[in-house]
Amino acid sequence: MSYIRRTRDEMAARVARDIPEGAYVNLGIGLPTLVANHLPRGREIFLHSENGILGMGPAPAKGEEDWDLINAGKQPVTLLPGGAFFHHADSFAMMRGGHLDICVLGAFQVAVNGDLANWSTGAPDAIPAVGGAMDLAVGAKSTYVMMEHQTKAGESKIVERCSYPLTGVGCVKRVYTDLATLAIGPHGVTALDWVDGLQFDELVRISGVPLREP
Amino acid sequence: MINKLYASVADALAGVPDGATVMTGGFGGAGMPNELIDGLIEQGARDLVIVNNNAGNGEQGLAALLKAGRVRKIICSFPRQADSHHFDSLYRAGKLELELVPQGNLAERIRAAGAGVGAFFTPTGYGTDLAKGKETREINGRMYVLEYPIHADVALIKAERGDRWGNLTYRKAARNFGPIMATAAKCTIAQVFETVELGALDPEVVVTPGIFVKRVVKVARQGAMEAA
Repeated sequence: MSYIRRTRDEMAARVARDIPEGAYVNLGIGLPTLVANHLPRGREIFLHSENGILGMGPAPAKGEEDWDLINAGKQPVTLLPGGAFFHHADSFAMMRGGHLDICVLGAFQVAVNGDLANWSTGAPDAIPAVGGAMDLAVGAKSTYVMMEHQTKAGESKIVERCSYPLTGVGCVKRVYTDLATLAIGPHGVTALDWVDGLQFDELVRISGVPLREP
Repeated sequence: MINKLYASVADALAGVPDGATVMTGGFGGAGMPNELIDGLIEQGARDLVIVNNNAGNGEQGLAALLKAGRVRKIICSFPRQADSHHFDSLYRAGKLELELVPQGNLAERIRAAGAGVGAFFTPTGYGTDLAKGKETREINGRMYVLEYPIHADVALIKAERGDRWGNLTYRKAARNFGPIMATAAKCTIAQVFETVELGALDPEVVVTPGIFVKRVVKVARQGAMEAA
């Protein structure tokens, strides 16, 4: 039987389904940003941007950009009524202090124990840059990862041990991929759901690590 | 009469010594004190250590200071940007030292300096390359890394309004590092778009009280606010 991978928007919609009313959420740069487009209307969710915004709204209309009001990706955004501004130490206290409920991050690799690698490929000539990745990884009550299941070369990004430099140790609780939703717990990785037509055994083979059925 | 208002950017930057550690506010373009950084290039101090979230982009501000060869070391969280070519080439040529710090640790190290905290344990970075060689400790079952404060000789920050006692308000997300950097430097210099009479700033909304600010200088707002 054949299967079709989730599109980026379908992945984002799958993440959005798991974000409850009232959650304080940080969406990382890149793929996770798409989640904002799929949060159900009528569900009140507080988006946090680490440069100092709570209650972040969507991008402004063309011509309405205010460059003092940008997100962590340095793109213009808006502020919802009830939103607030604060300085950087407060912003990261919201993470480190355990006030943020969920952060959604992209990743190069996630290990079966929840280790996360998403800031550096370790290439010797690369210019290192970390930003808020390490703070986010360990700061939110729940760290979710949203990524393709495999690299372009077909290698699983769910691994026994990360080969890339770590961002955080044992911090990832869930992984949303184009093939499946995985939960990481003390007893290993549980596949919560996977795309239609994909057999569980095939998912395990593609993942290259032991998976439990729900 | 106490008057922290300076007539020009050049006056406000007088006396920044060679070898100074200089914090510069801003996250991307928001809150970047471009006029003060341009003034610092004019002023001529060299061998500087710069503390900023980024490492400059394009040709303006911090990028221009780097290009002018005035910076020995940069402490930041995210130097790599699409157009950070001046940083990139100096770094690759070994002409610029980089201390890479996770963004929240950077903010907290600055806050700690301003608050007189000697050091602190943070969970951020534990078990990663950026914590290598640092002291760690288990506290209540969780692992932490010891981090030290970052003090500065000078902080250059961008605020919205200021008065002659140095009280400041900010605008939107341009606030970012301004309030904490103001506390961490011996001499904080703020550029503002508007100077107002004492009492004109609502005391309920003053973000940086004047005790943290030595000098305030008014600069003209550029026509349309632009990216970076």
